[in-house]
Amino acid sequence: MSEREGQEAGREAPVESLTAQHLRGRFPEAILEVKHWRNETTIVLRAAALVAACRFLRDDPELQFDFLSSVTGVDRQQLPENSPRLEVVYHLYSLHTKRRVRLKVRVDDGEAVPSLTEVWPTANWHEREVFDMFGVPFTGHPDLRRILMPEDWEGHPLRKDYPVEATPKWWEEEPA
Amino acid sequence: MTESKTMTLNMGPQHPSTHGVLRLVLELDGEVVVRCTPHIGYLHTGIEKGLESKRFQQGIPLTDRLDYLAPLSNNLALVLAVEKALGIEVPERAQTIRVLLTELTRIKGHLVWLGTHALDIGAMSVFLYCFREREQILDMYEAVSGQRMMSSYFRVGGLLADLPPGFEQQVEEFLAAFPSRVEEYEALLTKNPLWRQRTVGIGAIKAADAIALGLSGPSLRACGVAYDVRKAQPYCGYERYDFDVPIGRVGDVYDRYTVRVAELKQSHRLATQALHRLEPGPINVADPKLVPPPKRLLKSSMEALIHHFKLYSEGFQVPAGEVYQAIESPKGELGVYLVTDGSNRPYRVHYRAPSFVNLQALPRMVEGRLVADVVAVIGSLDIVLGEIDR
Repeated sequence: MSEREGQEAGREAPVESLTAQHLRGRFPEAILEVKHWRNETTIVLRAAALVAACRFLRDDPELQFDFLSSVTGVDRQQLPENSPRLEVVYHLYSLHTKRRVRLKVRVDDGEAVPSLTEVWPTANWHEREVFDMFGVPFTGHPDLRRILMPEDWEGHPLRKDYPVEATPKWWEEEPA
Repeated sequence: MTESKTMTLNMGPQHPSTHGVLRLVLELDGEVVVRCTPHIGYLHTGIEKGLESKRFQQGIPLTDRLDYLAPLSNNLALVLAVEKALGIEVPERAQTIRVLLTELTRIKGHLVWLGTHALDIGAMSVFLYCFREREQILDMYEAVSGQRMMSSYFRVGGLLADLPPGFEQQVEEFLAAFPSRVEEYEALLTKNPLWRQRTVGIGAIKAADAIALGLSGPSLRACGVAYDVRKAQPYCGYERYDFDVPIGRVGDVYDRYTVRVAELKQSHRLATQALHRLEPGPINVADPKLVPPPKRLLKSSMEALIHHFKLYSEGFQVPAGEVYQAIESPKGELGVYLVTDGSNRPYRVHYRAPSFVNLQALPRMVEGRLVADVVAVIGSLDIVLGEIDR
């Protein structure tokens, strides 16, 4: 399996890292880390550079990442490397070059991430879901409300310290 | 004078044309929709959270409940993501069976869409015809897995079991009759002036807007964008099949209808090719750490017994990393983002549910139009709330 992995990385890495190269050329300070695994490229960005980098990735004539597939979150609390704790993950796709790239932004609990709704309107509901499930606030989001859970829900279900099974407490019984 | 001119109307969550538990808050000026605000989450069951506490193989039945009209597509996305993380590829026969069954699933999903969409708009008989054919596909589901709906037939490393005897005959008969069935549906709708009146020019969206809103599947292709994951990033060997990607022109309700009907025919083509490609061979990878040994070996082979015990008590480990696997489900791009930490359970699974993203475009399509059009547009988006609320 390790041999196969090596072959895959060797074959695909130069093509895929084109995205990382372009991005590094334009925003040298923005990239924190670039990873390749199973033919997929992951670029970890500084939160402050996210919107400008995404605009560039969308509009650059060679890259043309015009389709935002999804935005989601990961709570890294139980991973070996867990600081900053929360991660927002963006999957971009180009309808022209048929390539995908994964962008990531890492923040601590309570820190905000700039919203991508200005770049791709589809980010709206995705970001609401990340806000709802992980408690990551998005600055510049036009309508940041919970989306799947009720408005008055407490806690963020997809965080690792949120129990899988628990009965929500709706009221306190008065002592007899 | 601050007299309000608009009226607020709650449509759903218990409304037959919302296909489940979708709630729309409509602000109306007479019969014209001024603003439409969808509220979702009524069917939220924490499937993504649940998957984190189950072993890779155990999670598959949960995914059936996402888009419950296309359970095998949901299975396939998860199974392919885990296989990608493991770095394995399933044998030829398993791939062909996966293509055959997911294409039948697409036909089944589109039939439910066509039947209910037509029913919403008032064409009752189409529903009965569509469900007649759907029933045959459910029989095939039952034949392969013992379950009509929540079949969980795909497994990491291959399939639950090989096809039962007589299955190919069953599919062959269905496929032989199916083109004439599609003609029946089309005879009822395609040139029907009432149908056209309710659908042509309704809920149109431009290609650029559709891309910005992340639409995918037939709803995007109806705008003239030929994005199909099966062509763009083939999986299960789709690059070796001969099929077209039907597209529309203006992206209205009628175009979404024609695109899906054309897809019924393309799926029929694909299923026919897959059926003819079926050759005897293994259906699982030859790795005893991933796939349980045949039952008969358990009484004679110590190794087999150990593998069996380990698989059912502990499962298998997947190397730490992350992958994104997209497939073309009947609704659009269904993506699974899988994060693994080297243990026997996924660390995080995210389903990029096409219905969730497609529904977001609804306000754009209905604002400024009549209430009756809202029903037509919801139907044309082909949403399933199980997948939206997860």
